[in-house]
Amino acid sequence: MSTSKLSHAEAAEQFIKDEPRTDWHDETLWFVRQKRDKAAHGLPEWEKLREWASQIKDHTLSNLDNYLLEFERNANANGITVHWATDGADHNRIIFDIIQQNNIQKIVKSKSMLTEECGLNEFLHAKGIETVDTDLGERIVQFRNEAPSHIVLPAIHLKKQDVSDTFHEHLHTEKGNNDPQYLTEAARQHLREKFIESELAITGVNFAVAETGGFVVCTNEGNADMGAHAAKIHIACMGFEKMIPKAEHLSVFLRLLARSATGQPITTYSSHFHKPREGQEMHIIIVDNGRSRQLGRADFRNSLKCIRCAACFNTCPVYRRSGGHSYHTAVAGPIGSILNPNIDMRANADLPFASTLCGSCSNVCPVKIDIHDQLWKWRQVLVAEGYVDTTKKIGLQGMAFVLARPGLYRFAGKAGRAVMRMFPWLLNNKLNPWYKQREMPAPPKESFRDWYIKNKQQ
Amino acid sequence: MKVGLFIPCYIDQFYPQVGIATLQLLEKFGCNVSFPLNQTCCGQPMANSGFAALSKNCDKNFVANFRGFDYIVGPSGSCVLHLKEHLHDEQHPGEAEHIRKHVYELTEFLVDILKIEKLEASFPHKVGLHNSCHGQRGLHLSSMSERMLPAFSKPQQLLSMVKGLELTLPVRSDECCGFGGTFCVFEEAVSVKMGKDRIADHATNNVEYITGGDVSCLMHLEGILKRNGSKVKTVHIAEILNSNA
Repeated sequence: MSTSKLSHAEAAEQFIKDEPRTDWHDETLWFVRQKRDKAAHGLPEWEKLREWASQIKDHTLSNLDNYLLEFERNANANGITVHWATDGADHNRIIFDIIQQNNIQKIVKSKSMLTEECGLNEFLHAKGIETVDTDLGERIVQFRNEAPSHIVLPAIHLKKQDVSDTFHEHLHTEKGNNDPQYLTEAARQHLREKFIESELAITGVNFAVAETGGFVVCTNEGNADMGAHAAKIHIACMGFEKMIPKAEHLSVFLRLLARSATGQPITTYSSHFHKPREGQEMHIIIVDNGRSRQLGRADFRNSLKCIRCAACFNTCPVYRRSGGHSYHTAVAGPIGSILNPNIDMRANADLPFASTLCGSCSNVCPVKIDIHDQLWKWRQVLVAEGYVDTTKKIGLQGMAFVLARPGLYRFAGKAGRAVMRMFPWLLNNKLNPWYKQREMPAPPKESFRDWYIKNKQQ
Repeated sequence: MKVGLFIPCYIDQFYPQVGIATLQLLEKFGCNVSFPLNQTCCGQPMANSGFAALSKNCDKNFVANFRGFDYIVGPSGSCVLHLKEHLHDEQHPGEAEHIRKHVYELTEFLVDILKIEKLEASFPHKVGLHNSCHGQRGLHLSSMSERMLPAFSKPQQLLSMVKGLELTLPVRSDECCGFGGTFCVFEEAVSVKMGKDRIADHATNNVEYITGGDVSCLMHLEGILKRNGSKVKTVHIAEILNSNA
């Protein structure tokens, strides 16, 4: 996770300073959003699929205790060891115990936003154990000691040149060679060694099926499979919201996931794991880490329907122009802005305000999470809990006082316009964030009300 | 038909011509319009900033001003959406509910209630339409690029009745302009960048004007256009529909 101390607005301002790069970031993600549109338009039943997915998730969340226990029973029967973790520290400790018990040195990990959320890499690193991220984008940001900036496209903030420089430093590739084919091949050779050596593979989980006790991992690179098939131990980590009741429900989610994420009909690999192969150990860690608290918040429980497609990132005009790191959390973007205040209200109080509430996120969401409405509701909670800037609070209190009193409002309006006309420098200065890059509206002598009384009320 | 004219505070103070155009337009179509003199603000700036609790007295004032009308009409999708979703008055819950159900954004009112089929308006200019998010996605004034639903647009339907007007749409037809209420101040950098990008998209169509149903978005775009010395002007859709140039 990022250690940035900057608020979203401050970090975004830094990001935008490089305007050509911001444009490139925006256009790249807009291209993905357009691919999503094309894929969605290709299915006449698209809106129906969204509705089904939403209802399946609603049902599952309402009966989650039963489905989790059913999953545990069936997974155990299949020979999978199920662990329960109350928080990130618990999750990391369970993994560390398995590592120690088996005297493991070589670990590969496929993409899992949950392990990012729990800070697993940092935790293991502090214990002297290195994990190798095997998703190409994740490997790139790992080399750079950065957090992923996007949950599906972890290195989307980087250009080919950046990747080339990173690989030159860490993999000794030719300096200045930006050819994607060349760079990918270098990563492939490097990762192949890691896969062969690995003793432990950690993967995420996209869907866990209560009925079968199995789980599905979706990747485009096959790296989860390479890791899990080679290592003698496979640990799969999942937030408890990944549960679905039956295998048949996968037909809805697998069709929605990749189309929403990248515009593909389906991920290149949708791998179904049901039991360890002979001689292999398979563990699954089911993590709460604040999820039960969110489940208990009526206004926000819907956020647990998220299947991590990142469609809301790609469509978000704010995300596209501020970059994932400005959200300073493992899961960025609009969905992250409603999940993260639950994890730490103080640290993430800025995030629900990093939105214009345009509503595009809710429209693309394949499981129909009311994302922009939840952002609005979080703002109310954060203000009520006191996580708000004093200047803002005083300003809005003053505004509310004036606007509730028609006479005062009219006086303030008239006086304000007169001051703007006579002393424009009072507002047209660098203390006014509006004026920094925008002219103020020209203040008319007469308000609409003045005009109305003069012309309509004689 | 008794119509209460709702002119949002910042339009009242800074863009009276939009209020005038709205009033004249409604009168042209035979509405019995009155403007309650003690109205102020819908309360949205507070509510969207997390201070919904502070907008109670604003709500009360709104209900006191707008009770007893058949319809309430305002030239701002964003304010209308806020009223529809959040207007409450503990002392007059029934009247607040009536307002929530009968408050309309101007173009929505013209198309859905008055069912306007022709206009005596002329505006011989090249105009780009900015779809404001709250009107579009919140009030369903037009179809949205994210949803797989039949295409329609109430503002476009009305603009197509204006003589001489050449309408263009930006490539990203319904992307947010970045105003976002207090967002434009507290996230100044992103807000301005979004506005610049909107303008650039319209500029490729060589528009003379950018129009829309929300003065807030237009005010933000206007501020950027003026700062950068652009010749492109902003104009509210009510002014175009009411124009006789």
